Amino acid sequence: MMLMRTELHEENERGFWAGKPGLFGWIFSTDHKRIALLYFYLVLAFFLVGVSLGALIRLELIAPGATIIDAQTYNALFTLHGVIMIFLFIIPGVPAILGNFLLPLMIGARDVAFPRLNLFSWWLYLIGAVMALASLFTGGGAPDTGWTFYVPFSTDTSTNVTVAASAVFVLGFSSILTGMNFLTTIHRLRAPGMGWGRLPLFVWAMYATAWIQLLATPVLGLTVALIVLERVFDAGLFDPARGGDPLMFQHLFWIYSHPAVYIMILPGMGIVSEIIPTFARKRIFGYWAIVVSSLAIAFAGSLVWSHHMLTSGMSDMGVFVFSLLTFLVAIPSAVKVFNWVATLYKGSIWLAAPMLYALSFLILFSIGGLTGLVLGAAATDIHVHDTHFVVAHFHYVMFGGAAFAFFGGLHYWLPKMFGRMYDQRLAAIAWAILTVGFNLLYFPMLVLGLQGMPRRYFDYLPQFQPLNLFATVGSWVLVAGLLLMFYTLHRGCRHGAPAGADPWGGTTLEWSVPSPPPTENFEEDPRVERDPYDYRIGEEGP
Amino acid sequence: MSQQGGHIVPYRTFVFVWLALLVLTGATVAVSRVHLGALNVWVALGIASVKAGLVIFIFMHLQYEKPILKFFLFIALVVLAIFIGLTFTDVLYR
Amino acid sequence: MSEAAHKDYAGAKLGMWLFLYTEILLFGGLFVLYAVYLFRFPAEFARASNELSLTFGTVNTLILLTSSLAAAAAVTAVQKGARQLTFWLLVGTVITAAIFLVNKYFEWSAKFHHGIYLNGPGLAEAAPGEVIFFSLYFITTGLHGLHVLIGAILLTVIAGGVRKGAIHTGDYVKLENSALYWHLVDLVWIFVFPLYYLIL
Repeated sequence: MMLMRTELHEENERGFWAGKPGLFGWIFSTDHKRIALLYFYLVLAFFLVGVSLGALIRLELIAPGATIIDAQTYNALFTLHGVIMIFLFIIPGVPAILGNFLLPLMIGARDVAFPRLNLFSWWLYLIGAVMALASLFTGGGAPDTGWTFYVPFSTDTSTNVTVAASAVFVLGFSSILTGMNFLTTIHRLRAPGMGWGRLPLFVWAMYATAWIQLLATPVLGLTVALIVLERVFDAGLFDPARGGDPLMFQHLFWIYSHPAVYIMILPGMGIVSEIIPTFARKRIFGYWAIVVSSLAIAFAGSLVWSHHMLTSGMSDMGVFVFSLLTFLVAIPSAVKVFNWVATLYKGSIWLAAPMLYALSFLILFSIGGLTGLVLGAAATDIHVHDTHFVVAHFHYVMFGGAAFAFFGGLHYWLPKMFGRMYDQRLAAIAWAILTVGFNLLYFPMLVLGLQGMPRRYFDYLPQFQPLNLFATVGSWVLVAGLLLMFYTLHRGCRHGAPAGADPWGGTTLEWSVPSPPPTENFEEDPRVERDPYDYRIGEEGP
Repeated sequence: MSQQGGHIVPYRTFVFVWLALLVLTGATVAVSRVHLGALNVWVALGIASVKAGLVIFIFMHLQYEKPILKFFLFIALVVLAIFIGLTFTDVLYR
Repeated sequence: MSEAAHKDYAGAKLGMWLFLYTEILLFGGLFVLYAVYLFRFPAEFARASNELSLTFGTVNTLILLTSSLAAAAAVTAVQKGARQLTFWLLVGTVITAAIFLVNKYFEWSAKFHHGIYLNGPGLAEAAPGEVIFFSLYFITTGLHGLHVLIGAILLTVIAGGVRKGAIHTGDYVKLENSALYWHLVDLVWIFVFPLYYLIL
């Protein structure tokens, strides 16, 4: 009798962790929570590889000329850094980890619409990742084209672009299937009472993201397939001698890869929309404005891709049209920033770790967004295209924006996932070091770019050295912050005090179940009667 | 209604649509033999769109599905049209 | 907690339609390329199109339209509980698919025989626009043929399911979804045919 009660207690305490044991119990599980964690471990591992590559790049750039590696290796390094960070970290990251874990919980469902397809998506991710790594050690070695695979170099180079491009194809498929799954889940599996107007904003963010994953990724699939076909069969589709147009490759490539950046940022924005109300104890300002702006970003994101090509030889009309449309897409993003700030106004602010990340997101993303305007304006883009200004811009939005939001999400929801709380003080210190390091690293690049330092160059002029040295030291501070952050979270998840169901006083459905949640999520189908973010005075939690 | 709960389209309807598709195929071949210059492509696309519409709405039952499914198809087609159309703002003016 | 013994047919179908949209965009990318190059090389595209067999193209079009009829009728048949009819309609669809692929094989073989294939010697002297036309032709019809093969295999599996009674009037969403996939294959061809075979 006693033994059974202890076992039951352990089951309850460990929730879905106490399901089928062993490796096979995990890698063949169709439980969305386990799949989320499977993604978590892989994505994190690849992120750390990507960070190491970045650190190596910075080490090389600490001084002009060859410092630790040669030019060919440098090209391979930044290619790999981009491919890993984009296709293995930031695109899958939030949807596959937090989306998978939280989506069913937030809408009161038992799992996603297609659990087996979900598992298959993870396997595709793993296979694609292995293929990407294989490209380093097979054929002509690590690709050196940049993650953008521009022709004619990508079709001519002897490095192993074929395997790398095929890896991207497989990863793209994983992304498409996830999008399909989430869309169907949100349409079909909401609990009674969970109308569209009661969906948490993170769910809306996942919804908008899923549409982009669905409609844009196939074009990427086609594009990388064409690279492989060109390399294997030399069809000549982009060969001017045979009537082809290299710019058409760029069009096809960016038709996906621009919307892809909204796949990267929308989930992060969804996280921020969850964190700010909770840590301001205030209903989000402008719920429907945020919803509409999310969908608007998803749609408008499909209109602007050629702003990556403003200096590549397009017609003046093309330059004009895409530059104009690019300014439009900034509007819905600005709407969100206004709404988040308005939510903070007269809120009861609690500066816990998730909130620190959300606040720094606001600033870093805004810097990134404003520098985007410099890039979007054709006249100024001529001077900064392909310089370190671009590098700084996208790191501000993708790292300072999307990744910081992801970290904030981890600090917010890991206690739910693992049932344990980390050391808050240590987390705040890590955040501070990380944020300072981030700006030391990337702000100088804005200056360097304006001064004319090109990107993807192994060497640079001596006058750029002081700021490069500064940035490299900044990268060390950044890495220290990251390591402390991961250490804090890891120690917390392993040995922290029990977090309880709702350590933050959140009001969305995931906080109404134990931490960690049981395998079936809810004992009974929840009935939803309140809006999310309903913080009534005098009530404790949901 | 079938046991699974879907609208049943009579065989007759499918056969009529099939006949219409054959006729339209003949039409598109016939028109293509007439020199209309740039118009040829647009006429061909127009007829193909009508054929596609018949396949989508009748063969694929979209006519009898929830309106939101039709809306989603519209979105997908609009997005494709945008991709082609905006590419031409570059290509047309080079 | 209600057990999901009652399957969500509407959800399964929604999922399938979403997948079809991805296929539209996949082939759509090839149509982006086609549109641009047709605009650039109208005369060369016409000349190259003339070298394709109008007979093969038209016959294949009629074949696919008929196969779509069979697939659509199969859905009605299963809804009405006509197991045998459903089975034979599916078999008919697969047979027409096979005929399509055989035609394709002959069509391509004839071209290969003349050295007309991706970067083939038959194209060495061809005008730039013509090379582009044939490259797009082989890639597009190749991708399409791959989908015909996948669809045929899918429908064969489904036919087996009908024969065994696993797919029946109370639960036929797998058949419906496979038929939807098949219709997409037909839809792509409806556009490929005039754009590649009928250009003047």
